[in-house]
Amino acid sequence: MKRQDDYKVRRQSVAGLTDEQLEQRFWELANKLVDPLLQMGVEYTSPAIERSVLLRMGFSSIEAKAIVDGCIERSLIGHGAGNVVYRLAKSAGMEIRDAGLALVEGRLWDDAENLFKGGEDR
Amino acid sequence: MSDYRLAPDKPINVAEILDDLEHYRPRRRGWTWRKPVEDLHMGPFEYHDCTEPLKKSVPLPPAHYFGNIDPQPSPVITTEIASGRFEDDIRRMRMAAHHGADHIMVIRTAGQSHFDGLIEGTPQGMGGVPITRKQVRAQRKALDMIEDEVGRPINYHSYVSGVAGPDIAVMFAEEGVNGVHQDPQYNVIYRNINMIRSFVDACESKKLIAWAGMAQIDGAHNANATAREAWKVMPELMVQHAINAIFSARVGVPKSNICLSTVPPTATPAPCVYMDLPYAVALRDLFHEYRMRAQMNTKYIESSTREATVTHVLNMVISKLTSADIQSTITPDEGRNVPWHIYNIEACDTAKQTLVGLDGLMEMVELKKDGYLRDKARELKERAVLFMEEMLELGGYFAAVEEGFFVDSGIYPERNGDGIVRKMNGGIGAGTVFKREADYMAPVTAHYGYNNVEQYGGDPSNPSALIGGCTLECPDKIVYIDELDDVDNVNVRMSETADFTPGSKKIRPEMEWLADGTVMLTMFFPAPKQIAEAAALECARRMNLAECEVISREVMHPVDGTRIEVKGKVPFEIDVDSLVIPKEPDVLSDDVIRKDIKRRPMKIVAATVGEDEHSVGLREIIDIKHGGIEKYGMEVVYLGTSCPPEKLVAAAVEVNADAIMASTIISHDDIHYKNIAKIDQIAREMGIRDKIIFVAGGTQVTPELARKAGADEGFGRGTHGVHNATFLIKKRWEMEKEGRM
Repeated sequence: MKRQDDYKVRRQSVAGLTDEQLEQRFWELANKLVDPLLQMGVEYTSPAIERSVLLRMGFSSIEAKAIVDGCIERSLIGHGAGNVVYRLAKSAGMEIRDAGLALVEGRLWDDAENLFKGGEDR
Repeated sequence: MSDYRLAPDKPINVAEILDDLEHYRPRRRGWTWRKPVEDLHMGPFEYHDCTEPLKKSVPLPPAHYFGNIDPQPSPVITTEIASGRFEDDIRRMRMAAHHGADHIMVIRTAGQSHFDGLIEGTPQGMGGVPITRKQVRAQRKALDMIEDEVGRPINYHSYVSGVAGPDIAVMFAEEGVNGVHQDPQYNVIYRNINMIRSFVDACESKKLIAWAGMAQIDGAHNANATAREAWKVMPELMVQHAINAIFSARVGVPKSNICLSTVPPTATPAPCVYMDLPYAVALRDLFHEYRMRAQMNTKYIESSTREATVTHVLNMVISKLTSADIQSTITPDEGRNVPWHIYNIEACDTAKQTLVGLDGLMEMVELKKDGYLRDKARELKERAVLFMEEMLELGGYFAAVEEGFFVDSGIYPERNGDGIVRKMNGGIGAGTVFKREADYMAPVTAHYGYNNVEQYGGDPSNPSALIGGCTLECPDKIVYIDELDDVDNVNVRMSETADFTPGSKKIRPEMEWLADGTVMLTMFFPAPKQIAEAAALECARRMNLAECEVISREVMHPVDGTRIEVKGKVPFEIDVDSLVIPKEPDVLSDDVIRKDIKRRPMKIVAATVGEDEHSVGLREIIDIKHGGIEKYGMEVVYLGTSCPPEKLVAAAVEVNADAIMASTIISHDDIHYKNIAKIDQIAREMGIRDKIIFVAGGTQVTPELARKAGADEGFGRGTHGVHNATFLIKKRWEMEKEGRM
């Protein structure tokens, strides 16, 4: 889009503001712009976020990637990759790290999937 | 843990740094600012804006006139070090710290933004280094030792951007990284990473940044470096800063750790201060709760290092007239190549020199409260507000980016239709965010959004307790990977250059990597550019340099002259043991010299000879207040500057002097040695030469050549009174023994 500089016309909406009011307006608008972006962060997750959770749970970057890729493949990612590993460990009576490593090796995925089927309650 | 420590007289041992990294733990987290000192006195001066001095440092070149003081200005000073080989960068970091840098920023290798995960090991980088846990750990460990040596905490910094932001943020929090670049807008606009993914990831990254107390720098300065006419994006820059600043603050990063990366947008020949200052004022008005990281202008950088340096000094005038919490330093060779060691150090010195030189400025001047400066600042703020109003009208940030709102070269509301357009469903990582289910759970610290550990009986205020603590509380849970590639790693690189390990027997010139052999030559040709370039390359080839390349050309006159700088590599190595190294001058103790002068007084005539008005060097050698030879009781008859050789010798005869001391600074056409020869000759003609001591000195004087020209001894750069006095006493002993005195 091309447009001539119409600042002189547009500024009528802000021309009457004091410097303090202008500053307030500036931050009010900035806040409005980021509101939906922050909300998105609450509602969504991503492979990088889930890998970062697994890193913090004591998995290596390579292990974290394998687990997250498996979770995406089996549509488990929305539950949280850390959740998948945790619930599997509890259900199988394993250490968290051992449960994760089993998934890295391609094992116990069916068990993991079953744990999240049909919204079982905990 | 290794007990290796730095020794002040030994090169840093990178192999020791790399030893036992698996068990290294960072000693602290978070960012450190410099500590201001009120009424700071150093040498003969009082400082107004300086901070705690260093324990050990390399001061500015003229500091030796003032007791080697090295005042440290108030902003944290950044240097960006990333040559592609992090092991060589470690040595550069030590040099930079000694020149006043306390913020070491490591640029990432090309392409890391698009790598979906952590890189491990130590592969070589291009235009930066691959940021990996091993590399970060090694450099943080080295900086722990370097900061102990210089006596000031050093902030270590890299980037949390790209498609693996949260992965990197975790690793940085674990490894004690102190500062980061984090701005989702950078991903979107400059790295074409999907915008939804970028903002979702940024929430998590910023949460970790907040937890680790890191300082965060945004990416707005890139708009300035990208836009065709950089000064026209000023309203947009404020919008970009605002989006990242308030977004970060609301995730939980304290405003005092949120730094705006702000660049004075223009450079000469534009009247840059006139254009940049109102912008700097507007920005600091609106963002007074935040910190300023004053970046330097790179948009218009050319290959002239002098030109770049002047631009950067002008940038720092803006910093000084407004404010800067972190002062960046762009290396003046950035327009030519990946920065070399020497230019990192030059840039640090440029910042230190400028800011110390401007110390106390704002106690004497203030910016006008009305007129052009304030009117222009107000206009820029209004344009920024209008920018955001229209973004909201369009439907918000994403809609505005889809409309090409950013990096448009019109000054908003003007639009040129050349902005960068990104689509919500486009870019790298598109379609890779997933809705969190109701039972979504993440049993870790510093996680954005709800952890939802209650479903397992966990404590929402301490979610990682569910798993007995995460790596942020229990670093022993971190899985350390050493190397993944048998060929592309630091061990292989270091074994290839092992013979040249600093401190060993072989040596080669170096600009960026150990033993790279790179040298730079400066030449002038009385010819136009094309001939000069070709001639320069031919010269370099005949000097047996390999991989020769012209790195700078400057027209002195379109036909009468061109200045050329060439780089190339020397094909040989030097055996340190084969070098003839002149002995450090021996010095007698003050007591011995004084005693001998008491035994027999000494009279000296001294002058700067020829058509030469330099007096400082000789005064240093003579004056009692500079520790010169007068302090030993030597009597000096000082004849001033531009003294003809005849007059100097005649004065020696007249006062019956024991010695003649000639200073000669100007050296073109070897005039300094010619004057030395002339004094020797006149003294012979007047029949006093064998009864008088004759010494000569100057910055360009080499002792051997001075002796060849007829002096008894020559004194070059770095000479002090005690060196002269020692020689005069010893020479007199010799002459007394021979019965000449």
